[in-house]
Amino acid sequence: MTEDTAVRPIVAMTGITIRFPGVLALDGVDFSLRPGEVHALMGENGAGKSTLIKALTGVYSIDGGSIEVDGEPRSFSTTADAQAAGISTVYQEVNLLPNLSVGENVMLGHEPRRAGRIDWRGVHAEAAEHLSNLGVTIDTRSLLSSHSIALQQLVAISRAMVTDSKVLVLDEPTSSLDRSEVEQLFGVVRDLRDRGVAIIFVSHFLDQVYEISDRITVLRNGKLVGTSAAADLPRGELVSQMLGRVVDEFENISRAADRQVDRTGTPVVSATGLGRRGVLEPADLDVFDGEVVGIAGLLGSGRTELVRLLYGADHADSGRVAVRGSTVRVATPRHAIEHRIAFSSEDRRAEGIIGDLTVAENIVLGIQARRGWLRKVGGSEKETIVSEYMAALGVRPADPSMLVKNLSGGNQQKVLLARWLATAPQLIILDEPTRGIDVGAKADIQRKVTELAADGLAVVFISSELEEVVRLAQRIVVMRDRRKIGELDAHDSSVDDVVAAIAAEAREAVA
Amino acid sequence: MSAATSTRIPEGIGTRVRRFTSRRASWIPVFAALGILLALLLAGQAYFGNFLTPRVLSSLLLDNAYLLILAVGMTFVILTAGIDLSVGAVLAFTAIMGARMLSEGVPVVVVIPVMLIGGALIGLLIGVLIQFFDVQPFIASLAGMFAARGLAFLVSLSSIKVEDPAILWLQTKLFNIDGWYLSPTGVIALLVVAAGALVLQFTRFGRTIYAIGGNEQSARLMGLPVVRTKLLAYIICGTCAGLAGVVFTAYQGAGYPLNGIGTELDTIAAVVIGGTLLTGGSGFVLGSMIGVFVYGTIKTAISFLGAEQSWTRITIGALLLVFVVVQRVIVSRSSRR
Repeated sequence: MTEDTAVRPIVAMTGITIRFPGVLALDGVDFSLRPGEVHALMGENGAGKSTLIKALTGVYSIDGGSIEVDGEPRSFSTTADAQAAGISTVYQEVNLLPNLSVGENVMLGHEPRRAGRIDWRGVHAEAAEHLSNLGVTIDTRSLLSSHSIALQQLVAISRAMVTDSKVLVLDEPTSSLDRSEVEQLFGVVRDLRDRGVAIIFVSHFLDQVYEISDRITVLRNGKLVGTSAAADLPRGELVSQMLGRVVDEFENISRAADRQVDRTGTPVVSATGLGRRGVLEPADLDVFDGEVVGIAGLLGSGRTELVRLLYGADHADSGRVAVRGSTVRVATPRHAIEHRIAFSSEDRRAEGIIGDLTVAENIVLGIQARRGWLRKVGGSEKETIVSEYMAALGVRPADPSMLVKNLSGGNQQKVLLARWLATAPQLIILDEPTRGIDVGAKADIQRKVTELAADGLAVVFISSELEEVVRLAQRIVVMRDRRKIGELDAHDSSVDDVVAAIAAEAREAVA
Repeated sequence: MSAATSTRIPEGIGTRVRRFTSRRASWIPVFAALGILLALLLAGQAYFGNFLTPRVLSSLLLDNAYLLILAVGMTFVILTAGIDLSVGAVLAFTAIMGARMLSEGVPVVVVIPVMLIGGALIGLLIGVLIQFFDVQPFIASLAGMFAARGLAFLVSLSSIKVEDPAILWLQTKLFNIDGWYLSPTGVIALLVVAAGALVLQFTRFGRTIYAIGGNEQSARLMGLPVVRTKLLAYIICGTCAGLAGVVFTAYQGAGYPLNGIGTELDTIAAVVIGGTLLTGGSGFVLGSMIGVFVYGTIKTAISFLGAEQSWTRITIGALLLVFVVVQRVIVSRSSRR
């Protein structure tokens, strides 16, 4: 590629090196950003994307290399320094203050003052102006927590605009947004780009990257693979740059998952009229041996609520659950575990993984809990189990004594899966198991799910990515507005069919 | 998405209520506390007949001036999601130190600043432990509490009478306004409340306090001065404890190293009853003032009844329980959204 030297880069990072204990997180990476471009930063988890961003935004200090902003060499030691230099970041988990008003969140630290006092009228007026520049009109005096994540993200971007940022870093901004919210965000991003703001966009959604980006930089294992114009980089080439190997992986998975399931016997788990007032209208769900049932629906459609009721994580006020034909009481997760039902939560940090324990400890936690605390899983038994599942799921690095918090998101998810599989469940419920993880880990997990189902395990699979649901499932349950609206046979359904099923109902509801 | 909700249509009561709750949800516990205070006062009047008199209401402020000052300082700390258990001991330490210095002839214009600085230094110590040594606020302030109590015993093991006219004037001078009484200590307490409310509401420092309580990590990433603000919160709390020591000395006319045992818990109770969330980020100095008055009213009512003062603690305990449960409900409701 020919670098366009006519435009001076707003950010030029040269030979950036960062070491963590035992790991070379970034190894001589070059990165340049021009004003008025959307520059996607791609790579598997652990490739160094977030490390590079944190080097730029002053969270980490660099061990080697140099950072120039607008032609001046800089070194930031705090995020405040970086912000002062015009670099702002909007993080995946919106880092704002839910307890304060929208206006305050936009203006905090830059409030207009009169005679030493904060001028609240001015605060809200300025905040409203910054928000309306992004096409958002909301009550700036309302509490931030009363708004959706999508809107909070726009508030975070407005905040960046208050400091007149020249560089805006968007770290996985779309992972909890639905389609129309993504459109709104992209509208804002394009608008900012046209005003000359340089935007770094990090995402795992390839479609979105191609939709919005001008250039793409790929990192792998802490090294720069290359920077190309998005138009010159075919999708297959991008994926193989990221993975370092060409993948027909997904095709293989899709082919393997496309099989007939015997639904003549008794279902492993059968829920009838399961519901809870205000949370989920009564719904039925059967899962058979060796079947992957996908649950498709927008965020808040009731898909997580359904499986939480099934697992006893929330209390159902109607309906019953039968395991292999006999009705059982599943009032708490403990009951579910006794019936060999496993549930991997969508929020793996808060409800799954225990960061301060090692990989091995996290894996045996499930068996240990099943067995009771008196019979310790020890010594060689633990070693066998741990090494078996680490190998089966491809946990990297393959070091059982590593603390889980130091693993990448994808590998944490694998550890979580390993924990549940080690308990030999007959049904495993996976709620967003691939959210926020890289393509490679995603393929590993999908392949494993397909293999397990082929071996007879029953699986309930929830994902926001419809492609993934369609690829893995044999049957798809469609949900909308806290209600199950139908089932599709995955063999002759495409993503478009699922979308149509959700949308058809929406039109009906409007009419 | 509520991006398009700004259309101006004549508002019904529903929208107004909704707008109020979306804007001012954190005031709801304060109104609840105010409701309880009014209910207590009215019940007292109905039962005793001579409860709602200017004299009783005035003494509510005058008898609890020290607690009010402590509560203001504590509000700063609790808003950052911290806690300061040392305030009772710091009150005792500064009071006995002041009494000793006065008895040895040190002029009062030196003694009062020294008491304030003493409180501030212990606050600073706690803040440094929390901020730079990563000690839990509970433990750090427990250490501060032991240190201050120990220092108090070091100064004197027995009570020291204060005869300095200036100090005594603070409590004994009573401005009589139409049957209402106000002493200089009461004025000081009200000024502290006003200053606390203004600082929290109208300065960047004050807003940063709320920001830290909302989410410390976010506040840091937003580029706010987290370290400085937290240190200052504990220094303010310590200084308030020193000032409460001054007021308490005037109130008692003496310093005593065993003063203020359990006062830190009364303070925390008053702040929580006043609607400040122990998880930080939500609450008001005015709420804490109402909390102190609730505490004072219960104490007065129980002495009117001639019952054991231990019933004050029991009632406060029960009330605290109710408030904490109510707070939990509010928090879990808003996080479900």
